[in-house]
Amino acid sequence: MTDYSLDRLPDLAPSARYKFATRVLPLLLLALILLSIPLFEPSRTWLSLFNAIGINMVFALSYNMLLGQAGMLSFGHAVYFGLGGYAAMHAMNAIENASYDGGVWTSFPMFALPLVGFAGGALAGAVIGWPSCRRAGVPFAMISLGIAELVAAAGFMFISVFGGEEGITGDRMNGIELFGLSLGPLGEVYWFIAFWTFLGTALMYAFTRTPLGKLAQAVRDNPERVQFVGYNPNRVRYLVFIAAGGFAGLAGGMSAVNYEIFTPESLSVVPSGLVLLMAYIGGARYFAGPILGAVVLTYMQSNLSDYSEAWLLYLGLLFIGMILFAPGGLAGLLLSGANAFKSSFGVKEFLRLGAYLISALLALAGVVVLVELAVRHSNGFGEAFEPFGWHLAPDQVMPWVIGLVLACVGMGLLRVLSRQGGTGS
Amino acid sequence: MTAPALQLTDVRKSFGPAKIIEGVSLEIVRGERHAIIGPNGAGKSTLFNLISGSFPPSSGTISLGGRQISGLKPYEINRLGLSRSFQVSNIFANMSVRENVRCGVLWSLGYGHSFWRNIGNLREVQRKTAEVLEKVGLTEKADVPAVLLTYADQRTLEIAITIAGGADVILLDEPTAGMSHSETDRAIELIEMATEGKTLLIVEHDMGVVFGLSDRISVLVYGEIIATGTPEEIRGNERVREAYLGDEADFAEVTA
Repeated sequence: MTDYSLDRLPDLAPSARYKFATRVLPLLLLALILLSIPLFEPSRTWLSLFNAIGINMVFALSYNMLLGQAGMLSFGHAVYFGLGGYAAMHAMNAIENASYDGGVWTSFPMFALPLVGFAGGALAGAVIGWPSCRRAGVPFAMISLGIAELVAAAGFMFISVFGGEEGITGDRMNGIELFGLSLGPLGEVYWFIAFWTFLGTALMYAFTRTPLGKLAQAVRDNPERVQFVGYNPNRVRYLVFIAAGGFAGLAGGMSAVNYEIFTPESLSVVPSGLVLLMAYIGGARYFAGPILGAVVLTYMQSNLSDYSEAWLLYLGLLFIGMILFAPGGLAGLLLSGANAFKSSFGVKEFLRLGAYLISALLALAGVVVLVELAVRHSNGFGEAFEPFGWHLAPDQVMPWVIGLVLACVGMGLLRVLSRQGGTGS
Repeated sequence: MTAPALQLTDVRKSFGPAKIIEGVSLEIVRGERHAIIGPNGAGKSTLFNLISGSFPPSSGTISLGGRQISGLKPYEINRLGLSRSFQVSNIFANMSVRENVRCGVLWSLGYGHSFWRNIGNLREVQRKTAEVLEKVGLTEKADVPAVLLTYADQRTLEIAITIAGGADVILLDEPTAGMSHSETDRAIELIEMATEGKTLLIVEHDMGVVFGLSDRISVLVYGEIIATGTPEEIRGNERVREAYLGDEADFAEVTA
């Protein structure tokens, strides 16, 4: 029992197959999706949506380095996205100027601008993180909020740097071309975005597998104990904060090239809040969660707003619903769904799932009817809500009753189901 | 002559008007197993917190192997070779058992805050982690999330994290608290094995454990050490019996 010859020690590392399936395969899948999207010859609308999704994916993943991995709740992550983006905008203009006057920027390709964004974001993280990472938990969150307000206000004040309300604009079709991409047409910008989305995602995933990444998770779980295994939790948080700032800046650099404009609004608490929603709704506990969140929220942002004026209200409801009923986010829902499917998925479970879905749909329909009626009523144009050809006018009583009954029946059924099941969370 | 593994000189600690530790002087010899006993509220845990750096002493000095450590941060003290466990399991709940131990191993192998290495490729780290897990008998449960372990296994993991960094001085805060008899026996076996050749300072309520395990015992009452000596000396000490007044019969019984 006292013989610990090292040859006898079992190899505890997971099997090569498991490693491939959980670490390499998802990244390959992402690359495959990114490569195959242009094969479907998407329209300009879709392309710009995909570009926006790519930017938000990197941004949301960088946010989750803080929230999901190190357990740091920040209300001001857009500061690093914005400052990185501004750094990239200034570099973009420097490249343009250099194409007339010469200088060091002549040899800097526009394609590599996200690197400037990364440097800008990381530098901002290093400066701002120095005081703010001395605190954790609520004080850290409050400091981040204060800094977001402060930097956004400064953005409107220092016009030569941030361009005032109009922001700073540029032209991405300058300097030397990389991979034969002029970055003029949207289709070429897509390849630029796809490249950096993949690289950013892969690097941030790799970060979770490093000693520092693991220590970040340890700090999230138990900062006190970390101190007694030789690490200073504040230092770990600070280093993660710099890295998260860098990747947010990378997303900012992608955005600079994509939109060719940055305004001080991009530094404010509004985009900071949106990225929090993406990470949370997608599932902050999982690496892939923010990716899902970025896809869903960017899609909602660009498309749902066409259908309904109240889309922000639906976003808020989705957020609250997720926090209350699915704290694991979309990724958690998918994962538990997949697990349930794998283990004993009989007729009974199938019926149960169906009952859940129908009740949820009833509740959703009821809420939608009520919200849309309310919006039309407050607009006062006498407009009616007409889903699927029905005519629901806000000045009649019946439509309101229908909405209320649908919502109540749906929620009631959900309640009964979750009580009956006992396993409902 | 080498310096003692741990030396406390007139250490005092007060929180506002409350004096918790009132002048403790203690010398722990290299390689000895030293237990601290005393009634509830005597200040045993506070003493541990002072030594390990959770908070600084109000006055007095603490030195580790001749080097003064009072006033240093916990992670600085840990890096100098002192590691402690906690009375309430203090583990990384959402990480697997293997990852828990790995966190304890990293610093001692010099991987600091590196973010350019894949942790899975660090041979030494994997080996040391496997070694510690094998030593404490948690190899089978290596991939279980720590939060799902049984209470006794969590206590074992607590000790595993504590010894993982290879510190020379180990402080264990009530390692057998809340364990059944058979679990306690196994824990003692584990502690003896894991601290072989190291210096051990242990706080423990179970007198059977204390008298079976330790080379020397110190008795802490109301923030003062009233006696230090071998188990035999402590057993026969009048002041110690007085301190356990009311439990006198019990004390004589369990220490017999």
